[in-house]
Amino acid sequence: MNSGPEIVVVRTGVANTAAVLAALRRAGTRPVLSDRASDVRDAGAVVLPGVGSFGSGMRALADLGLDAALRDRVRSSRPTLAICLGMQLLGLESAESPGVEGVGAIDARFERFDGDVRVPQIGWNDVEVEPAARILAGGDAYFANSFRTLDAPQGWTCGWATHGVAFVAGFERGAIVACQFHPELSGAYGAQLIERWIDAARREVFAC
Amino acid sequence: MLKRRVIPCLDIDGGRIVKGLRFASLRDAGDPVERATLYAAQGADEIVLLDVSATLEGRGAQLATITAVRERIAIPLTVGGGVHDEAGARALLEAGADKVALNSAAVADPGLITRISRRFGAQACVIAIDAARVGEGWRVRVRSGSTATSRDAVEWAREAESLEAGEILLTAWDRDGTRSGYELELLRRVASRTRIPVIASGGAATARHMVDALRAGADAVLAASIFHDGETSVADVKRILLENGMEVRA
Repeated sequence: MNSGPEIVVVRTGVANTAAVLAALRRAGTRPVLSDRASDVRDAGAVVLPGVGSFGSGMRALADLGLDAALRDRVRSSRPTLAICLGMQLLGLESAESPGVEGVGAIDARFERFDGDVRVPQIGWNDVEVEPAARILAGGDAYFANSFRTLDAPQGWTCGWATHGVAFVAGFERGAIVACQFHPELSGAYGAQLIERWIDAARREVFAC
Repeated sequence: MLKRRVIPCLDIDGGRIVKGLRFASLRDAGDPVERATLYAAQGADEIVLLDVSATLEGRGAQLATITAVRERIAIPLTVGGGVHDEAGARALLEAGADKVALNSAAVADPGLITRISRRFGAQACVIAIDAARVGEGWRVRVRSGSTATSRDAVEWAREAESLEAGEILLTAWDRDGTRSGYELELLRRVASRTRIPVIASGGAATARHMVDALRAGADAVLAASIFHDGETSVADVKRILLENGMEVRA
């Protein structure tokens, strides 16, 4: 018997989900892949992975009717973990794909790293978190991104990292967490973060 | 701040690790899942799997190896060898790779870099360049280094960046397996003329060589036999990098 909430990993067709599924299995859960809007809206916990471009990611979500389902989830504070491009897709827009509207659940806009740094940012960077963080934590996390937001979204507790400038490494509220880094690829640091999120999701689901 | 990465490389043939001098005279160095797990536990920042199989049977084992390694390690996995098109890249990513390394196929069809980068993201698109010194410069070699081309390696790195590659895996082919250290001048030239991350490869025998490569501008250092032979561990290397003022992941 699965002890945790049902965890649905969103299959958008552009994200490679193998690492996310493996990490969730190592955390003792039995995740399932789905691209059905009803699953994404109603599952106990949802992971939105993401690689690829903002435009292709949004197109995949919109084609499947998942954008509205995700917006509903975040607005009703249902347990959700958004990773890398998944975090950006929850926002309003990205300079990567001008004119494409994001899910719009988070008040965030993403722009390309500039200045004297290598882009994409690829590698391990140290994350520092605001004191109120419960799931995000300080430590070295693996990033692979060219776009970032510099502004903390209102009403969320943030983690920060620096690549030329300080940017938002992640944000959380209740059992919703968005990470610009890849917790599934961030070794023990990431595994612990995923476990804290599963614990928070479990409390949220059982409290309902 | 971004940390410098230490990346063990597993050259795979038919599901087993092999490693030799200048890509030839291969000898068996073990099981990739065991090795990848060991290196991850030692603090490896990433694992690179290069499929050097000459046969179709060998290639067939590749996806199963990727899946098995992916299930065990919680760090990034780059896979190269035999990627000729988007379908091939997709198969590797679906099996559990986080990045694919393009080499000969990109030299033959540079547009492949752009197609893969746009489809899967620049962060998943590594251009692997095998460079050999010719006169004052370096020329690109293809087909696991067996075939020389007239293409200038530094110019090819710049072109790959303009075609939207996300990272450069730069191997000094004529140093690979020689234990004489990385090709520092080549690293300096490529790192100073590109803005995407550069991984140094080919010739590492000591942590000192890695310090030199990082000082020459590499963002990451890759090595194979020194880890496989147990001469040193990833943890030992990182301790020495740290002592030399390099920021590494603890």
